[in-house]
Amino acid sequence: MVSTLLTALRACVVTLVLTGVLYPLAVTGVAQLLFPSEAQGSLVKDEQGRVVGSALIGQGFTQGGYFQPRPSAAGAGYDAAASSGSNLGPTSRKLQERVTADVERLRRENPDAPGLVPGELVTTSASGLDPHLSPEAVRWQAPRVAKARGVAPERVLAVVASHVEGRTLGVLGEPRVNVLLLNLAMDRQFGRLASEPSQPMGAVAPE
Amino acid sequence: MTLIGWSQIVLFFALLLALTKPLGLYLFRVFEGDTQPLPRVLGPVERVLLRLTGAGARREQTWVEYCGALLAFSVLGVLILYGLQRAQHVLPLNPQGQGAVGPELSFNTAASFVTNTNWQAYAGESTLSYLTQMAGLAWQNFVSAAAGLGVALALARGFTRRAGPEGARTLGNFWVDVVRGTLYVLLPLCFVVALFFVSQGVLQNFSAYPALTTLEGAKQTLAMGPVASQEAIKMLGTNGGGFFNANSAHPFENPTPLTNLVQMLLIFCIPSALTYTYGKMTGDTRQGWALFAAMSVLFLAGVTAAYAAESQPNAAVASAHVAQVGNLEGKEVRYGVTASALFATVTTDASCGAVNSMHDSFNPLGGLVPLVNMQLGEVIFGGVGAGLYGILIMVVLSVFIAGLMVGRTPEYLGKKIEAKEMKLAMLYVLIFPVFILGMSGVAAVLPQGVSSLNNAGPHGLTEILYAFTSGTANNGSAFAGLNANTPFWNLSLGLAMLGGRFLMIIPALAIAGSMVGKKVVPAGPGTFPTNGALFTGLLVSIVVIVGALTFFPALSLSPIVEHFLAGAGKVY
Repeated sequence: MVSTLLTALRACVVTLVLTGVLYPLAVTGVAQLLFPSEAQGSLVKDEQGRVVGSALIGQGFTQGGYFQPRPSAAGAGYDAAASSGSNLGPTSRKLQERVTADVERLRRENPDAPGLVPGELVTTSASGLDPHLSPEAVRWQAPRVAKARGVAPERVLAVVASHVEGRTLGVLGEPRVNVLLLNLAMDRQFGRLASEPSQPMGAVAPE
Repeated sequence: MTLIGWSQIVLFFALLLALTKPLGLYLFRVFEGDTQPLPRVLGPVERVLLRLTGAGARREQTWVEYCGALLAFSVLGVLILYGLQRAQHVLPLNPQGQGAVGPELSFNTAASFVTNTNWQAYAGESTLSYLTQMAGLAWQNFVSAAAGLGVALALARGFTRRAGPEGARTLGNFWVDVVRGTLYVLLPLCFVVALFFVSQGVLQNFSAYPALTTLEGAKQTLAMGPVASQEAIKMLGTNGGGFFNANSAHPFENPTPLTNLVQMLLIFCIPSALTYTYGKMTGDTRQGWALFAAMSVLFLAGVTAAYAAESQPNAAVASAHVAQVGNLEGKEVRYGVTASALFATVTTDASCGAVNSMHDSFNPLGGLVPLVNMQLGEVIFGGVGAGLYGILIMVVLSVFIAGLMVGRTPEYLGKKIEAKEMKLAMLYVLIFPVFILGMSGVAAVLPQGVSSLNNAGPHGLTEILYAFTSGTANNGSAFAGLNANTPFWNLSLGLAMLGGRFLMIIPALAIAGSMVGKKVVPAGPGTFPTNGALFTGLLVSIVVIVGALTFFPALSLSPIVEHFLAGAGKVY
């Protein structure tokens, strides 16, 4: 009994040091050497060299001239220190009311958008930090973005087309567009929007 | 459902099939071979590790000694993990200054990781220090998986060892199994996979959370940490406890469809390979393939049902007239419906419990699949080790029932299954209904239970049932709307996890101890063959019937009734 406990204690210490300390330290050392940017969070900079986010983490956009992401249940929305889904089920009144309100808002802000509101624009992701939209959900917003920026919709759609990522190996995952990278490209192409998140939806932003 | 979606599922299964034999052979060599792989490099390391543990290297243990070693190791694991959380605020590697974890949550998390459940009542990024994550959680990710492997090997040895004239009595050495499992299998694979994960964008650093200004001028703080090293063992060890709250849905844990595929393969590869290892141990690999086939049938049935259900629109969203391609609430765009339904099936077939989508937001029948997968006993590939010993108990039941049907004393691999083994097997099978149904019933009537619910109506009952199923089955996935971080839920689920692990391991090892000494009688014309399609069919039926008889009434009150209410447009 006592000898078993003693062996167990020694085994705990040995395995803890090996798998809980040496292993993660070794992985960190090699990873920082081989993939320093990825290991630190794939940070993205704008033209001025200012870090504006991570290429993997979604962020909120409210101005009409930016493509907007899905609604987020992470903290107050896209809180990258509090990942979470809504966890509302298919018979949830809360979910139904949220979706109905979002559909109304999106219709108001996108009077020229073609067809029904794409489902993912009114559903929250699992992490609350989803950086992507499907190509359809991005194109749906293109008329609004083009109008807000005062450019032809075709030019906006051309930038979108260059940002569509296909399925990996032709089968894995879904086609998608990274919203932050797309909005950065929009700024590069058509000039930076003023940093005023309070700007009313759909208003024409100054060039 | 689409052709491309099905191609994704077929590709996954083909890769799993291709991995089963080579990895199974490798495991056989590690645990049962005369020489272990890479003897020049790893041999000396193994000897040093065993000497440091003072394990009396290579002395064989009886089932009681084997079980005692496992229990002692686990009890100390709980205590150390509890202590680490309680003291994390004064320990190093805590750049965010996370405070000490509360006592109930610390107990729950300690029980959770030592039992290989990895239920997350905590939100990693706002609760745990880097030291707690790596030296506490990742450490138990390794050794709880290695301990599960050990139990499976011990039971397999019980069935397959041929007794000498004085009879065999021993099942191997727990410490040797744990050290070998960690050193030869888990560590090298994890090291390679962790680096691959980082190359795809998974974090691996010890930085404080950077606060930055987004493109539109808002503030965003990015959670950081040594994620990749933990992510690799979280999947390979079928642990499933996420570094972050959102688990494998978090882009820093699972950034691309390729990492998603690798994560699913990691979950299934060891449990699948163990069927081949077991076949090798019996001397007839078809014995192993028969188990693999039974697991595959149940897996493919589950993934078909989940994929079909999630391809349907979400009822609460549908009323607002939107263009829905399946149910996207609680799913990430990069995985879509297919890879989310596939992941949900894989993670609950195996007792992993990592999630890349929120099961709570699945359509009713989509959420039924993970629930049933767990209630069938985590034998559809199952956890590392736990899957094999679980299915072997079901094999004992199947052989017994087959014996009853033809009126012969049942035997398996030439050894007679008698009253003692059957009693132990029934004890094993009864743990599930006692803990899952018993505790769910109590929680459903106590204010402390229902006040944590996030959804009303039948969906709320599903949240309760899912929590105790997940805990007892040592899965760890959740209908995560349930606020499990309350004293009632932390304590009750902690007990469910401990019961679901150790009260099942003890009878399993007792069966091993009872079987190992039995004489082998040669197969005759009346022997029921356990290596063919007939047996696979019987085994699948027994697994389904035992699960259905136990849980169908409870399920009909939760996801099944919700399915019809959702169809009628009801909301709560």
